[in-house]
Amino acid sequence: MSGRRPALKPARLTPRDVLHTGSAGMRNRPMRVVLSALGIAIGIATMIAVVGISASSKEQLLQELDRLGTNMLVITAGEDLLTGKKVPLAKDAAGRVARIDGVEHVGATGLLPFSVRRSDKISDDITGGIAVQAASEDLLTTLRARMMSGTWLNGATGKYPSVVLGDVAAKRLGITAAGQQVYINGQYFTVLGIIGPLPLAPDIARSALVGWDVARSQLGFDGRPTTVYERSADARVDAVHALIPRSVDPQTPRNVNVSDPSSGLQAKAAVEGAFSNLLLGLGGVALLVGGVGVANTMIISVLERRYEIGLRRSIGATRGQIRIQFITESLLLSGLGGAAGIVLGAVATGVYAASSGIPWVIPLWAVGGGLAATLVIGTVAGLYPAVRASRLSPTLALHAS
Amino acid sequence: MSTVIRIAPPVVELAGVTKEYPGGVAALRGVDLTVERGELLAIVGPSGSGKSTLLHIVGTLDLPTAGSVRIAGYDAAALGDRKLSALRAQHIGFVFQAFHLVPGMSAQDNVAEGLLYSGLPRAERRRRAGDALERVGLGERLKHRPHELSGGQKQRVAIARAVVGEPDLLLADEPTGALDSASGEAVMELLHELNKEGATIAVITHDTEISEMLPRQVRIRDGLVVEDVGNPVAASLSMGDAR
Repeated sequence: MSGRRPALKPARLTPRDVLHTGSAGMRNRPMRVVLSALGIAIGIATMIAVVGISASSKEQLLQELDRLGTNMLVITAGEDLLTGKKVPLAKDAAGRVARIDGVEHVGATGLLPFSVRRSDKISDDITGGIAVQAASEDLLTTLRARMMSGTWLNGATGKYPSVVLGDVAAKRLGITAAGQQVYINGQYFTVLGIIGPLPLAPDIARSALVGWDVARSQLGFDGRPTTVYERSADARVDAVHALIPRSVDPQTPRNVNVSDPSSGLQAKAAVEGAFSNLLLGLGGVALLVGGVGVANTMIISVLERRYEIGLRRSIGATRGQIRIQFITESLLLSGLGGAAGIVLGAVATGVYAASSGIPWVIPLWAVGGGLAATLVIGTVAGLYPAVRASRLSPTLALHAS
Repeated sequence: MSTVIRIAPPVVELAGVTKEYPGGVAALRGVDLTVERGELLAIVGPSGSGKSTLLHIVGTLDLPTAGSVRIAGYDAAALGDRKLSALRAQHIGFVFQAFHLVPGMSAQDNVAEGLLYSGLPRAERRRRAGDALERVGLGERLKHRPHELSGGQKQRVAIARAVVGEPDLLLADEPTGALDSASGEAVMELLHELNKEGATIAVITHDTEISEMLPRQVRIRDGLVVEDVGNPVAASLSMGDAR
């Protein structure tokens, strides 16, 4: 007669019921939830912050690089192979560079052997590390520099004793606005303007620039540039790079140095982007400890809830359903920690970015990776306690507590 | 020549049930027990008599080392964990001495937990839980949490949880053990009422005062049934009385 009985089949729990049973233990002990999720939160927050801060720094450098361009080359005098002396560039070096196919802008500077001071009362030994240089009119455009205040040298002002200061030079001299005067080689020059920051040409930032003509007429400049700045079409950079030495000095091209100042920034961006493995490892250790904490909490939870497990078994929970319940609880615990950690890490990155004026970047892969890590940890940490719970004898609930 | 017409198999059919624990301790030594639908019986015996082991086996929480167990027509030995769990979910209700209500959960939700593994949707489980609490006289206390209820009320919530799925068999393990005598009497009265409405109920107790209030008493001692008073089948056989 038993053959005609309908087949027994355990009912499936809906996802909502799974979540409900999985969170039952947590609802009763909020403090324990917070403490055991904390370890995971700290681990994830560390990793997100490490990745986020390095990504933000890199983003900032890349943005700057984008603005400054990677198509500028700097030509300087090289040394003679035999004598070891500097071989100055030809007088018309800038013109020769300008004739190379693809070159768009050329600017030149010529170093002058003077110091710049606020007044004649200051000894001319005190240079403040500021160079006095003759500058061609095209220099500003070639550098893509902006004036922080005042104006750049032009055909007219370049003939008179006027000077434009790099931002570092201005700061060192204590000049804050155009119109003030500085003392160069026994003569006062009027400050026309101050150039904004120049990450690609730090020499210019530390210079006082006078017009090409006034340098020749009043400061004994021989007209031979010491540095030529050149900007070309992006696609032509390599070709131009190869052509420059022979164009500038056809007899001894090896005496001409050509450098790409943006390559330094690019390398820096790559370094900033490569986050510190040490810190990342530290976050990983915190995460591991957090996982152990969750496993520990789960084992205690199983021990404490023997009666609940027995009760659930007696009202019809299968072993699998008990396992799912505790793995869900473990996943919720670590997931909670992970979510809190992602928020914490993002906030930490945001605070750092805001305080150092860089863009706030949290790579999506870091968030996804953090969540995936917590899910793996939650499953691993919950597996053993869950299996233990499911193997508990269902007769437990019948014993009076 | 029984005139009892069996339209359904007996709720409980034990034949030669033996349970030995590792180490050679025999808790049950060949128990035969049949419980028909609609019975209200006591399984009574002192501690150590084997009545708890019998409860575990009848409740399919444990399997015997020998003998056959049929609950609601299903052979327990032939079922795996999943099917045994389904059997408990659909055919057996438990009431415990210590109530085992979930703290922090309302009476209605506690009763609805009894249907969690039944496959019914949540709203339906809650509705039936409300009805079950009405049946045990706690219709006014749906939202109360266990700590806001007296011991007798807690046990009534636990009984509601056990009957909410309308099981074929209700197993009550010392249901009055943790209660004062007035609450205990109320609980026994409730079990009588539920039985009148059709529930098959087995009360496991060491208390002869409790067992004597019930129509049938199965006495257990040293792992054996020593007396079966008021067995309807035996009575009908001996007296030819169609109950």
